[in-house]
Amino acid sequence: MTPTHTPDTANPGPATALYRDAAAVDAAISDMAQALDTLLSARGARPPLMIGIHTGGVWVAERLHRLLALAEPLGYLDISFYRDDFTRIGMHPRVRPSHLPVAVDDRHIVLVDDVIQSGRTIRAALNVLFDYGRPASVMLAVLAERSGRELPIEPNVVGLHADLAHGEHLKLAGPGPLSLYRGSPPVGRASGAEGAGP
Amino acid sequence: MITPRASQQEQAAALQLDADGNLKHFLTLDGLDRALLIDILDRAEGFLGVAQQAVKKVPLCRGKIIANLFFETSTRTRTTFELAAKRLSADVLNLNISTSATAKGETLLDTLRNLEAMHVDMFVVRHADSGAAHFIATHAAAPVAVINAGDGCYSHPTQAMLDMFTIRAHKGGFEGLTVALVGDVLHSRVARSQITALNTLGVAEVRAIGPSTLVPARAAEALGVRVCHDLRAGLRGVDVIILLRLQHERMDGGFLPSEHEYFHLFGLTEKRLRLAAADAIVMHPGPINRGVEMDSGVADGDRSVILEQVSNGLAVRMAVMSMCIGTQNLWLHAAGQRPLTETGDA
Repeated sequence: MTPTHTPDTANPGPATALYRDAAAVDAAISDMAQALDTLLSARGARPPLMIGIHTGGVWVAERLHRLLALAEPLGYLDISFYRDDFTRIGMHPRVRPSHLPVAVDDRHIVLVDDVIQSGRTIRAALNVLFDYGRPASVMLAVLAERSGRELPIEPNVVGLHADLAHGEHLKLAGPGPLSLYRGSPPVGRASGAEGAGP
Repeated sequence: MITPRASQQEQAAALQLDADGNLKHFLTLDGLDRALLIDILDRAEGFLGVAQQAVKKVPLCRGKIIANLFFETSTRTRTTFELAAKRLSADVLNLNISTSATAKGETLLDTLRNLEAMHVDMFVVRHADSGAAHFIATHAAAPVAVINAGDGCYSHPTQAMLDMFTIRAHKGGFEGLTVALVGDVLHSRVARSQITALNTLGVAEVRAIGPSTLVPARAAEALGVRVCHDLRAGLRGVDVIILLRLQHERMDGGFLPSEHEYFHLFGLTEKRLRLAAADAIVMHPGPINRGVEMDSGVADGDRSVILEQVSNGLAVRMAVMSMCIGTQNLWLHAAGQRPLTETGDA
């Protein structure tokens, strides 16, 4: 009931401006697929199990999954139950069920998210993942990387580096054509640093 | 003009919700709107998945202490509340407090003060007297949250919500549904909460079926149901059949000639089940009295969703508990008891 989070809609809301259009985002995702392909070969991490973080991460993961022609279905993670700001802002009103198509034990995992800033989403996602089992390795692919890390977490594959002012918001709009919007988060919101929210 | 009923609803809402409409306590479904009930069901949906994890736990209520205050015996409800709290990573205290009529008022408050001194964050209360959970919620020091796990003949909101969850899972929604409640409507707190929930969620019709001794005389006006004293007529075309347990412990004689007679007139059999819609589901809050409320064949049959109700109960209770704890956190945060920083979890 508390309007602390952005609902996941294609509409980025007021006070936002287009940062990267659909063509630029698609090109970035193609680059990611190539880089990921190289990385997976170098690490001998095939076949990988790809997992998207709800919601923006899933949109990016669906495209990567298609580009890499992975046979196994995509996994989905919702990190709402693992957020470290539950004590501050209460619970996310819309929790989508996490779904992992196969056991994660001894698998090479490719975790996909839309935007990385503080690194807290990924911390939470790793916790969820390890509650499902013990993967052999975890790699991280994000569409947009921006400064502001608060945890020692770095992506292995990055689509684009976003140079934004402190406090500015970067949000992926989807699920149709994907485009990135920048802007100030609505006033009174305690959260909302990176991406479309968990 | 405010009718007594309307003001009662407002009072119930005022006690249970904070200024922003967040759930503070969960005592009754009276005064809660459809959006909030749907919100509870949606959140419960998310918690179903926790059972699929190797580690069946999420850290939402880590560091919180939840006390199960059971003044009345219960197995299913207490264990599902306990398990729900544990899956939320809370620490759980189970207190089975036998109650005596004379000691009630003061003992209840004293117990409360003692538990508050132990910094308990939430009370889950089951009591044989109607209004006990309200009493505790009124007297508990904020921000302690209170969840009603059944009080007297009045209310059992988490049971009703898990039933709504089960109905939605099978029927996709509530619009246009006809739901029959069969049996001891008079003594059933489950029935009372279910009727409120069904009407709030907007089903087409709720039928209360039972002998005239067990279906309140003014049920139609008071509860918003269609009263039916003939099972066969009542079951015709219904989408959901909810059987209610005969509450022997709340009957002081004279309500029924015999259990055998009850089964003869109101027990659900395969044959009677055929009067309902072809895809009707059969529900029972448990514990079942086989051969009294229903045939064993029906209880174990493919239309029965009784065991599903138990699994769903876990998810619904996790949802309600985490919502109340979440609101409590907001309150603590607003009171400056937690440090505030700019960036959130992202």
